[in-house]
Amino acid sequence: MRNYLNIIVAYSIMMLLIILVGIFQSWSIALTIFNYCMISAVMTLGANIQWGYAGLINFGVMGYTALGGLAVVLVSVAPVPEAWSVGGVNMMTCLGIIIIMIFSTRYILKNIQKSKKRNYLIAGIIIVGLILIKIIAGPAIEQIEAVDPAKTGFLGGLGLPVLFSWIVGGLFAAGLAFIVGKVALGLRADYLAIATLLIAEIVVSIIKHEDWLARGVKNVIGLKRPAPYEIDLQTSPWFINLVEKFHSAKLDLANSLSERQDILNQLVIDASSVYVKLCFAGMFLVVVIILLIITQKALYSPWGRMMRAIRDNEEAASAMGKNVVKQHLFIFILGSAIVGIAGAMMVTNDGLFTPGSYRPMRYTFVIWVMVIVGGTGNNFGAILGGFVVWFLWVEAAPIALFFINLFTAHLPETNEIKVHLINSAPYFRFLLVGIGLLLIMRFRPQGIIPEKIIKQ
Amino acid sequence: MDLINAVIVLLNYTIIPALTYGSQLALGAIFVTLIYGILRFANFATGDMMSFGTMFAVLLTYYFQSIGISFGFLPTALLTIPFAIFMMILYMLLIDQTVFKYYRIKKSPPVQLAMVSVGVMFVTQAVIRIIIGPTDRRFLDGEKFILKATEFKEMTGLAEGLTIKSTQMITIVVTIIVVAIMFWFLNKTKTGTSMRAYSDNEDLALLSGIDPKKVVLITWIIAGILATIGGILYGLDKSYRPFVYFNNMLPIFAAAIVGGIGNPYGAFFGGYVIAFAEIFLTYAYKRFLVYILPESLEPNSLMQLLSTDYKFAISFSILVIVLIFRPSGIFEGKRI
Repeated sequence: MRNYLNIIVAYSIMMLLIILVGIFQSWSIALTIFNYCMISAVMTLGANIQWGYAGLINFGVMGYTALGGLAVVLVSVAPVPEAWSVGGVNMMTCLGIIIIMIFSTRYILKNIQKSKKRNYLIAGIIIVGLILIKIIAGPAIEQIEAVDPAKTGFLGGLGLPVLFSWIVGGLFAAGLAFIVGKVALGLRADYLAIATLLIAEIVVSIIKHEDWLARGVKNVIGLKRPAPYEIDLQTSPWFINLVEKFHSAKLDLANSLSERQDILNQLVIDASSVYVKLCFAGMFLVVVIILLIITQKALYSPWGRMMRAIRDNEEAASAMGKNVVKQHLFIFILGSAIVGIAGAMMVTNDGLFTPGSYRPMRYTFVIWVMVIVGGTGNNFGAILGGFVVWFLWVEAAPIALFFINLFTAHLPETNEIKVHLINSAPYFRFLLVGIGLLLIMRFRPQGIIPEKIIKQ
Repeated sequence: MDLINAVIVLLNYTIIPALTYGSQLALGAIFVTLIYGILRFANFATGDMMSFGTMFAVLLTYYFQSIGISFGFLPTALLTIPFAIFMMILYMLLIDQTVFKYYRIKKSPPVQLAMVSVGVMFVTQAVIRIIIGPTDRRFLDGEKFILKATEFKEMTGLAEGLTIKSTQMITIVVTIIVVAIMFWFLNKTKTGTSMRAYSDNEDLALLSGIDPKKVVLITWIIAGILATIGGILYGLDKSYRPFVYFNNMLPIFAAAIVGGIGNPYGAFFGGYVIAFAEIFLTYAYKRFLVYILPESLEPNSLMQLLSTDYKFAISFSILVIVLIFRPSGIFEGKRI
């Protein structure tokens, strides 16, 4: 029990902070923060598997998050029949061509010896394939994008339940990670960081500009939700009765019947948004707990010990007969898949897919700060890192505003410096997170909750 | 005649812009490569450091304009370069003393230093946004064009015009001067040689009596000069916006690695490789082909290989290809 004391204390403080937000700001804000903390925690778990277990640096978190989000659109949105009828055949042909390209390249790689001829053959296949795709897809894309461009203009999805997309998001991310891993995992640590960062940028720019796929920067809104809608709740009697019971003391204070009705309506509106967020919080909590159990089991299994051995001394591990390349690829895929799940969760939570919002600052570097701050190699630490840093990221502006007002209280309201500082309050989040990272790196490089090796 | 017109079209829309953009990238790439070669880490704060230097140039330009100082037909920003460089070097040395020095002395692995530079990136970005804000700022004044399309047409009687913006000319000239001085310094002076020795083999360099503190100091000074000038030239040519500078870090990294990281010549060359590839692959060749092909073969479509949306993606793809087939870069990397 003593071993877990610091973990329990750290988590209690975090929960207390979120509850304080609930009391002082509002419960809706507190739950929003909590949900995002949870999503961040899943991302951090994924990055922590790669960095903490295996020492692989993956700055491509943004790309996997975006792919997870794309999965939500492709799985849950209803298909657009007009778009399919004008361009579906051509797009499917292109998909077929890509598959043929991949398999023929594989065949050549396997059956022809390494030579100039093989390189030319592969280059030829790729060039011919790309030209064919350009010819076949070009007109189809134009036609698809012309179908009611204000509302659809894309192929749509499969119309399946949205929860299913979380798994698909993980699979998408795993697929990308397989390709990236094959290409880049042999590189030295900092090269790998740069390469993954740039590949993620390529992925996001494809999602942004291929409008036929997911409307690109025109965004997809009104995605399906695994939780009830606020509007439905506000009109359903059981929910109103529940709110009435919950707030009976407050309602009894009302002077007249109409006043009571007004208060009740307001309460129902507030409660409906809290209820929806609670539903999401419950689902996210289930995911986090399942992932935590699995990762925790994996970490203390023979496999986890092998990964740590590879991380700490690659040569020694490979001398012991461990296949370092294969294990690196495997763990890279695993971690990325978890990030993909988080990406799908986030889009489900927001109810909209906005490819333009995927920026490396928010989706790669902040996640990395979470991993480093929380504690590399420790799953509890990773989750805590997600909570702490996201909390700071969101609450930095109010905190900064408070301090600015405190220190400039003696200045008049129209003082230029004061006005300028108040206007730039949102940017203090970068300062806070940056200084936090630098301090942690300097004085507690192992993170808030450090890695723990259980000796058996 | 048609051939000359075609050449003018290419010059106007691809070669001159690519040379300009390439010069801006090259300065940044040499900055990255110097830090990587001598201080041995990938500096993720590159874009924001460039932005930091440019911020001072922007603020000083506004100040100079307000007190009525100008530089004739040249932009006032050129006058502010020395001051901006001074502030930039001060900031870099401050960061080095408070942050990087500790890890350098501890001989931390490069990855840790890279993570620390992410922290520096956050802080620098915050400082910039708090001081100047995130909005778009133009600070170009003086003559805008050296050669206008209409003037060129009148002069030569050709159908196509050639436009040369003053910023394009300034960028190319300033880059050539700065890079020439820097290569002279690295190759011909004693300090430059000691820097190269330090980069090649740190222990051997220390044994032969090279002062590491001096090498680090000089590196930051050169880095400050390159970062500030690169940033100001980019800002003059396009406009100054902190977010864009952060994004520019990515093609700059690509340029440095494509050229062979740690090798300044490679970085210089890599900047142009990236710029030319981006512009040549996204340019619509229709107008060019109309001039050189016979009328029967004239193209109907734009003849564009890739849409301009994929501009950034091209440089990254080149990087990925280089990393797969020649990880040390086109020129042999990790030397200086």
